[in-house]
Amino acid sequence: MMRPAEIRLTDLTVSYGRRPAVHHLSGRFAPGSLTAVVGPNGAGKSTLLRTLAGLQQPESGRVEGAAGQVALLPQAVALDRAFPIACLDLVLFGLWGESGAFRAVTRAGRERARAALAAVGLGGFEARPVGSLSTGQFQRLLFARLLLQDAPVILLDEPFNALDARTAADLLAMVHRWHGEGRTVIAVLHDLELVQREFPEALLLARDCLGWGPTEAALSAANRLQARRMAEAWMAGPELCQRRDAA
Amino acid sequence: MPAAGRRLIHDLLFGPFQEFGFLRRALVGCLALALAAPPLGVFLMLRRMSLTADVLGHGILPGVAAGFLLAGLSLPAMALGGALAGLVVAVGAGALSRATGGREDASLAALYLVALALGVALVSWRGGAVELTNLLFGSVLGVDDAALLLMAGAATLTLPVLALAWRPLVLECLDPSFARAVGARGAWWHMAFLALVVLNLIAAFQALGTLMSVGLMMLPAIAARHWATRVGGIVYAAVAIAALSAYAGLLLSFHADVPSGPAVVLAAGLAWLVSVLLGPVDGLLPRFWRRPHLAG
Repeated sequence: MMRPAEIRLTDLTVSYGRRPAVHHLSGRFAPGSLTAVVGPNGAGKSTLLRTLAGLQQPESGRVEGAAGQVALLPQAVALDRAFPIACLDLVLFGLWGESGAFRAVTRAGRERARAALAAVGLGGFEARPVGSLSTGQFQRLLFARLLLQDAPVILLDEPFNALDARTAADLLAMVHRWHGEGRTVIAVLHDLELVQREFPEALLLARDCLGWGPTEAALSAANRLQARRMAEAWMAGPELCQRRDAA
Repeated sequence: MPAAGRRLIHDLLFGPFQEFGFLRRALVGCLALALAAPPLGVFLMLRRMSLTADVLGHGILPGVAAGFLLAGLSLPAMALGGALAGLVVAVGAGALSRATGGREDASLAALYLVALALGVALVSWRGGAVELTNLLFGSVLGVDDAALLLMAGAATLTLPVLALAWRPLVLECLDPSFARAVGARGAWWHMAFLALVVLNLIAAFQALGTLMSVGLMMLPAIAARHWATRVGGIVYAAVAIAALSAYAGLLLSFHADVPSGPAVVLAAGLAWLVSVLLGPVDGLLPRFWRRPHLAG
């Protein structure tokens, strides 16, 4: 793995049509930092990750230092789970950066894929069809592919949604392992308690940035209240459920 | 086995091919197509584009008809016209549904109805019922040396290109957003893939007809899904089913005196029915054959 570079955002605005999803955001993700991105629904969290991954173009402003070193695990993976493919073959796509469209997958690459499956607790699943996996096993499989991508910067969009405690804990351990290896990890999360316990840095987003830095300060009660107010202002209609909204 | 029985089997299964050169030519051509078209059909099926294949099949008809109008029953003119029309439809169908805001199936249905009507109108204008039937449903007599070369050439081009494009195509079907994120140029491969589909439909139209050529591409692919759990296995099964269907269909066409296109498609349809009923993957009958579940 190459060392991650610092990722700098300068006055970044990303819009859908004329509605901004990320609004005049400036700041930096230090190399090797572990940051949780927190905010209400519609706050631009996924949009920010997609922009960092180069899947979304900024309307104005700049992103520097992310190009070519990012691996993204999207929230709603567009992956067709009915596709007839074995787990090992799916994980091997994580080697795309090395193999590309044409080069052979080496024996070493295959071994790494096996090791990645074992590391996420799916040892022995090599030949299983992807369609036979449960939600939790499937998320483990996507983590194995991320592991194989070996990217210096890893973006996770709500990676622990709909997972049982055991699976979430295993995958969280994987996140800490990446952090320990010096990778920059940025994760969108809704579980505030988890963020405060496990993530040293946080970015509170409500289209505008309301707090960015050490988690305790960024997620202060005042900042969270402000985020809630802004979210209510976007929503015409019923108020957000306070309990979910607090995340 | 008594000599009379052997004789009967020989006359039914092999005699016609020994006796008639045109039937041998049609068989060789269809076997070539059976190698190339079903793998394309598998990818169309996996991308939920089975209907698109149908539309492309109909889409080449006006082009073929225009070639027929300009140059009579000349293979190069009809093939070129068909290829141009097919490519226009391939590019146009996607662009049209994007530009008019989704509802791809509706745009496709509209396109294919118009293409079919236009093609039939063009052929009827100058040609007779025989030409129309041959263009729509195919004729083994139509497989001359040029047509045979076209069929073999299409297979010869398709297989290596498919082998090269395999990994990007699988990725683009499986996880398009990941493909985009790693820069796999999915859209580019997809266009090359559609061009191959058009090429195979063109190559098939003389033996099977424009309406039926899709059948040898899609039916074996759809049937093969019931026999394997991985793309590679499905492709092999589809090729085997297509080859058997081509052979059985040409025999049916000869013995029962029906056009070759419908005969081959009916044979493939039978294979599909058998697969749906008996196939080990999501087949209907294995469901009734309950085996006790495992402990964990």
